[in-house]
Amino acid sequence: MKKLPLNLTIGLILTFMFVFMAALSFVWTPYDVTALDIGSKFLAPNFQHLFGTDHFGRDVFSMVMVGARNAIAVSLVAVGIGMAIGVPLGLWSAATRMNGYGLMDEALMRGNDLIFAFPSLLMAIMITAVFGPGAINAIIAIGIFNIPVFARMTRGAALGLWSREYIMAARVSGKSMMRISYEHILPNILNILIVQATIQFSIAIIAEAALSYVGLGTQPPMPSLGRMLNEAQTMIFFAPWLGFVPGGAIVTMVIGLNLLGDGLRDLLDPKLRIRAAQTRKGEDNNVTT
Amino acid sequence: MSLLDIQNLNLSIHDKQILYNVNLQVEPGQVVAVVGESGSGKSMTASAVMQLMPDAAAIEGNIWLDNDDLTVKTENEMCVIRANDIGMIFQEPMTALNPVQTIGAQVIEAVRITHKDLNKSQAIEKAEIVLHRVGLPQERFPLATYPHKLSGGQRQRVVIAIALCQNPKLLIADEPTTALDVTTQAKILKLLKKLVAQDNMGLLLISHDLGVVGEVADHIVIMRNGRVIEQGSRHSFFNNMKEEYSKELVAASQQELKVQKETQEEEIILEVRNLNKEYKLTRKGFFSKGEILQAVNDVSFSIKRGENLGLVGESGCGKSTLTRCILGVDDFESGEILINGEVFNGQKELRKNINVVFQDPYGSFNPRHTVERLVSEPFYLLDKKPTAKESKDQVIEMLMLVGLSKTDIDKYPHEFSGGQRQRIAIARALITNPSVILLDEATSALDVLIRGQILELLEELSKKLGISYLFISHDLATVKNITDRIMVMKDGIIVEQGHTADIYKNPTHPYTKTLLEASPDITRVIENL
Repeated sequence: MKKLPLNLTIGLILTFMFVFMAALSFVWTPYDVTALDIGSKFLAPNFQHLFGTDHFGRDVFSMVMVGARNAIAVSLVAVGIGMAIGVPLGLWSAATRMNGYGLMDEALMRGNDLIFAFPSLLMAIMITAVFGPGAINAIIAIGIFNIPVFARMTRGAALGLWSREYIMAARVSGKSMMRISYEHILPNILNILIVQATIQFSIAIIAEAALSYVGLGTQPPMPSLGRMLNEAQTMIFFAPWLGFVPGGAIVTMVIGLNLLGDGLRDLLDPKLRIRAAQTRKGEDNNVTT
Repeated sequence: MSLLDIQNLNLSIHDKQILYNVNLQVEPGQVVAVVGESGSGKSMTASAVMQLMPDAAAIEGNIWLDNDDLTVKTENEMCVIRANDIGMIFQEPMTALNPVQTIGAQVIEAVRITHKDLNKSQAIEKAEIVLHRVGLPQERFPLATYPHKLSGGQRQRVVIAIALCQNPKLLIADEPTTALDVTTQAKILKLLKKLVAQDNMGLLLISHDLGVVGEVADHIVIMRNGRVIEQGSRHSFFNNMKEEYSKELVAASQQELKVQKETQEEEIILEVRNLNKEYKLTRKGFFSKGEILQAVNDVSFSIKRGENLGLVGESGCGKSTLTRCILGVDDFESGEILINGEVFNGQKELRKNINVVFQDPYGSFNPRHTVERLVSEPFYLLDKKPTAKESKDQVIEMLMLVGLSKTDIDKYPHEFSGGQRQRIAIARALITNPSVILLDEATSALDVLIRGQILELLEELSKKLGISYLFISHDLATVKNITDRIMVMKDGIIVEQGHTADIYKNPTHPYTKTLLEASPDITRVIENL
């Protein structure tokens, strides 16, 4: 069994922790997140309430669990939308360029640039302002801004592959450009797409938190990490845990995903892997001599 | 004492022995050729001289350069020696130069490393002299030229110039001409030979092809599996070879003319009529019109059933473009391609009659597919696709035909050597039972002995199955023993075509003559001893 890179191990542990908590919140939370208990408001962290309670007496730990679930759900669907549209678009774009329809490629990529050119968060605010706030609209807004990221990356990687001789051999076998894209190109760029997806996932979590912070994401009474931060602002001096806990949750989740992405890249990119192996060998050598 | 004296050199990496008791000497003004197949340890010997070995390498024995033992030097001392005494020339001129610096800047940098006392204008002057010596006069190649404006051969000259700046005692050239056309190869070798004689340097010339270095080498060293198996001066080496392996190497470089077939079939299976293909070059300015490059210019030829045709020309002559047009991968401006008498424009039914084997045995396969899936890919062309069982049987049959075993079917391409991969590529090309196979430099990335085996296999298959080849190469010698007819292409035009024997004995076009002279020929070497 090969040793996993350290950043991958830490990333996996952090990510798994949050995914587990989020999944658990479907069936069980320590307290009901919507139940108000004014009598026990502003309790500091203790053994009954691990992360304390807020101004309505709700259990912060339970709220973080459900909030993380919402953040993960929104980000997952949003990145999914981005990949589902962006990747085929990028593949198509590269295929048209390599098959003599460079104009089509230009048109697709310039349209891509157009979406890229909008400040993404402002655009998301505009979408939710027009269609009303809510988790669904947040998903759509974040999803749209993932499309050009994936499209561009896929196209770049695919163009490099199209000039390979095995692609030529497949073309000589009469395969259509869509079929070649699916059979030969996609499996060979999947590793970089997976890495990019984890990075985009962490960006989406921040975006969801930001939208909720300004009140345009997940709506009350559903807890959301962003909105918890917003509500904590006025109480930060006498109930600091209300700000630190959701903030800390977002930070750990994002760090975990970034480490996971970096670790996966180290693991999946053969060039980096060889270099890492060489440095390891060098170290071994130093130890023995 | 010799300039370079390697004595009983043993080298191992992670307890795996790479070099066994290597002994070789280089005298000043002498060209020593080290010849061997890939993995024979020839490059590792050069790395050992430079003391640029992998970290884990353990070395025994002595390497004397001018009475100085390099094996006991510290890294700092070696840096001085590398800067002043040893020059190195690499195989790939395309990546050996920094693309964002002018050639002048790169040569001047080398000058100033060695001659620290020179001021800027003196350094520039010296750089100009050195570039002039390697055949890049200032009038045509000013110091401000960027590498991308130069051809492969010209870049290799710049690399040689950089090595020369230090006035080295020893020059190491690791396959310096393998990436170049034959015509350029001959010029570069001649240049190296001349420089070595002028400066009284020693040259350690590493190559996999005895035919290439045979003409310039004073002393020949044959290496195999990390051992020097035979060495001697050029004269004595060719006259009294003892080792079987050396004889095999010579035989592999010696290509016989193909025996002409007695009866020729008349059925034409591939015909190209007046094919024209243009490329639009990038526009210089926004409003200026883009120039047009005529890559293939009014080319017509035909191949009869069972006939092997060679297409020879240097890189950039349009032969690869022509291949792509015939394969139906590129569009062309005008002309017609007929397969079995029918006009071909991408129909599947005709496509299955033609297939291709590429140059690079490493890039020709999707690394994630098994051999079975790779070889059966052209089945996609058939209207009625075979069942999984039939397909597997046919793949096995093809693998056996090209000399692989049936257990190879579940392996992945990285498990095979270069020669074996080329066999897989041939199996893939054969599976739809085509009448023509295009071989695009199919043997030029292989070692000489492996090249010989692949050529033999191709010839056998051609006899057995009655298929024709269009054999594309930059070297007239490689196509000599497999083709019936040869076409010579230059700048998109076919300048000469005819029967192979006629082209060899009486070339009419001056370009054909140049190609023939440049082509490495060991028979000529032995005759002129």
